[in-house]
Amino acid sequence: MELTTVWFVLIAVLWTGYFVLEGFDFGVGMLMPVLGRTAADRKTMVATIGPVWDGNEVWVLVAGGATFAAFPEWYATLFSGFYLPLFLILLALIVRGIALEYRNKTASAKGWDRAFFWGSLGPAVLWGVALANVVREVPLDANHEYTGTLFTLLNPYALLGGVATAALFALHGATFLALRTTGELRERATRVTWLLGPATAVVAGVFLVLTVDNPLTWIAVAVAAAGLLATILATLRGRDGWAFTGTAVAVVALVVTLFGNLWPDVMPAVDPANSLTVTNASSSPYTLTVMTWVAAIFTPVVLAYQGWTYWVFRRRVTGAVTS
Amino acid sequence: MDVLDLSRWQFGITTVYHFLFVPLTIGLSIIVAGLQTAWHRTGKEKYLKLTKFWGRLFLINFAMGVVTGIVQEFQFGMNWSDYSRFVGDVFGAPLAMEGLMAFFLESTFLGLWIFGWDRLSPRLHLATIWLAAIGTNISAYFILAANSWMQHPVGYRINNGRAELTDIWAVLTNPTTLVTFPHVIFGAFVTAGAFVIGVSAWFLMRKRDVDLFRTSAKLAMVVTGVASIGVAFSGHWQAQIMTEQQPMKMAAAEALWEDERAAGFSLFAVGDVENGRNHVNIQIPYGLSLLATNSPDGQVEGINDIQARYERQYGPGDYKPVVGIAYWTFRLMIGFGALAALLALAGLWLMRRGRLPESRWFYRAALAGIALPFLANTMGWIFTEMGRQPWTVFGVMRTAAAVSPGVDVAEVATTLVGFTLAYAVLAVIEIRLLVKFIRIGPHEQAEPETDADSLPALTY
Ligand code: HDD
Ligand code: HEM
Ligand code: HEM
Repeated sequence: MELTTVWFVLIAVLWTGYFVLEGFDFGVGMLMPVLGRTAADRKTMVATIGPVWDGNEVWVLVAGGATFAAFPEWYATLFSGFYLPLFLILLALIVRGIALEYRNKTASAKGWDRAFFWGSLGPAVLWGVALANVVREVPLDANHEYTGTLFTLLNPYALLGGVATAALFALHGATFLALRTTGELRERATRVTWLLGPATAVVAGVFLVLTVDNPLTWIAVAVAAAGLLATILATLRGRDGWAFTGTAVAVVALVVTLFGNLWPDVMPAVDPANSLTVTNASSSPYTLTVMTWVAAIFTPVVLAYQGWTYWVFRRRVTGAVTS
Repeated sequence: MDVLDLSRWQFGITTVYHFLFVPLTIGLSIIVAGLQTAWHRTGKEKYLKLTKFWGRLFLINFAMGVVTGIVQEFQFGMNWSDYSRFVGDVFGAPLAMEGLMAFFLESTFLGLWIFGWDRLSPRLHLATIWLAAIGTNISAYFILAANSWMQHPVGYRINNGRAELTDIWAVLTNPTTLVTFPHVIFGAFVTAGAFVIGVSAWFLMRKRDVDLFRTSAKLAMVVTGVASIGVAFSGHWQAQIMTEQQPMKMAAAEALWEDERAAGFSLFAVGDVENGRNHVNIQIPYGLSLLATNSPDGQVEGINDIQARYERQYGPGDYKPVVGIAYWTFRLMIGFGALAALLALAGLWLMRRGRLPESRWFYRAALAGIALPFLANTMGWIFTEMGRQPWTVFGVMRTAAAVSPGVDVAEVATTLVGFTLAYAVLAVIEIRLLVKFIRIGPHEQAEPETDADSLPALTY
């Protein structure tokens, strides 16, 4: 395989890791007003992601760094082109991180929980909008500079993408909470899964069908559909683990569909002559070789210790008693 | 103001802000790990209390380091897209390595540390804080390697109009990195040490938990004292390497206009930048030649001479940084650092043989002294970065050529104001929280982080 292909795949993997892991963190945040009836509920909800959210967030930082190293042109065009949406995402991530870390350190967590909600909803929508725009073509000039405006990015297809990722993450958060909590909170999360499942299937389904251009990616769309179906069926039978697996599979399939239709471009332009491709956006073969070695050695290590973390915190969190 | 100026302001503000939290994180992570190790070894309750107390303050600070760091990761692409296109092949590599090797390590193991007090065996739990602390140091290494490449580009060639990596080893073992890393890490220990001294002084002044805080104050005084020596030596090496690699920066730092043998170290100067000379210049004889070349009569180049040489080398242009800024930031870095070191030494003297300082002035000074290393760090970076101007990559790419061409004034103005306001609010919140948890002191019953999680729990 060409190294540019390897890195395209690796960056897709990093986004997959980010969306699968941080996706449920965003979901927990978005469901806060719905599921967190009492202060104890909200505390329990945050406790389910407390030990892991920061590690989950690093996936996007590494995706950014890897894009810089492997496809500098892509990094430069994407982040300068999508300047204001990215600014909003950054603000939201700041607010969310601070809310998560400081909510239990002040007298009242109310304001923090509102901040946590908006800080989760914002990126959940905006990352979807951004990636949808990456896959669909945007106006680029011959120097690969983005020439559109903010409103170019707010087109119906991209907005649908934003709704789709937000819905999917909310659902993913619901199955995660059902898996990680007990009692009433778990029941409520299950009910949300129920309600949200079919709606998400419709929105995400339409978005993915509109995305498909490369016929091979129909397979990924089918997998996404199967994942969501599995979630709904498993929830009916009270199999929390399978329900969560279902939403996780759907998230993976969504990223695969997006990247599968992007390839071999990394940022198609309205005028195809100006498109950024895996070849014209990439680093030199030497840099790619170095980075491939680094990734080959360290990615398994990271996966091992992050996996171990989930194992350590595998027990359900209960909010029934306060000590 | 144009896009370039606004982008520079934004980068300067956000980066200086990020670096307020960074040194405290780096230094305090190791201090907390050390305290927990002491508890593990001796079983003394005192060390556990100190671990938890300083650990809590460390976490409040760490959160700010994380959220401001996210902005940094994306800013190169947002505001410096032409820079990113030009250097990504070289510069992106250490940045990506930092994420993969350091950020995952620190964030994952810190999560385990915070929530793992009763989930992990004591040894394993101790290992998690050490791994997080090591992560912060690895992170510093890689980002400084990236920055050092901008100061002194190595291991690359220019091909197809961009810099291409030819030797990653050369980048990772750049002599500039090798001296910058210890300087920054020692600076981080000075910072964390002064913080611990100041906060401990607050308790000692009120005679609260004297036994606990005498221990942490003494520990921190030793840390700051030793680290100050390290900062001075590594700074000296840096100055020598800088004289070789960026003579203009050294000359500006000294307001030295003409080439000079046996040059003095300037303490106070008032200059005439237009005409390239000083009105007043009070000097330590031979000081600069010693600092820069290790020999009292070594030759040091002056601004006017270097300017003439660069014009021949790079074509017409102004190759001088803002001399006043370079001059004063350099002095203030050293000055603030020296005061912090003095404070630590004075403290050690006053507290010898188990005594406590009697007058309140020492405690007050120690409390105010928390600010000193933060100021020194900020001055150091402003010196390093602004002293490099007009280059963004020394000798290779000018700052004016680095800025994003596709981003307009309104956009940068929006984000500049947005980040600045957000950061101002965060500063207020952070300081209030730190004060609140300092007041609560080391005796809080429940660990606020862990109680929701350590309730009786079922398994699947
Ligand atoms: C000398 C050290 C140093 C310097 C010069 C910088 N940083 Fe930093 N950074 C750290 C040392 C550090 C750290 C000690 O590793 C932090 C501070 C607090 C923390 O949480 O980790 C961190 C956090 C941090 C994070 C969040 C990591 C996480 O979620 O765990 C990011 C993305 C960055 N930084 C990125 C940057 C970039 C792109 C910089 C260049 C402009 C930069 N930092 C300068
Ligand atoms: C954390 C410590 C740092 C501080 C406090 C700092 C400070 C600054 C300041 C004040 C400027 C503005 C200078 C000017 O425009 O005159 C600047 C510019 C810049 N710095 Fe740094 N810097 C730091 C670390 C870094 C690192 C680690 C990198 C790269 C890895 C870096 C890359 C840049 C870039 C790209 C610019 C913009 C171009 C320029 O104005 O030269 N900085 N920095
Ligand atoms: C005797 C005292 C000191 C000397 C001789 C010294 C020397 C230097 C020099 C020459 C540089 C510029 C390096 C370059 O641009 O290539 C520098 C940068 C810096 N200094 Fe110092 N310094 C001293 C004390 C301190 C103290 C006490 C602190 C903080 C507590 C500090 C923090 C920094 C920082 C953060 C930088 C920017 C990063 C870097 O380039 O290393 N310095 N110092």
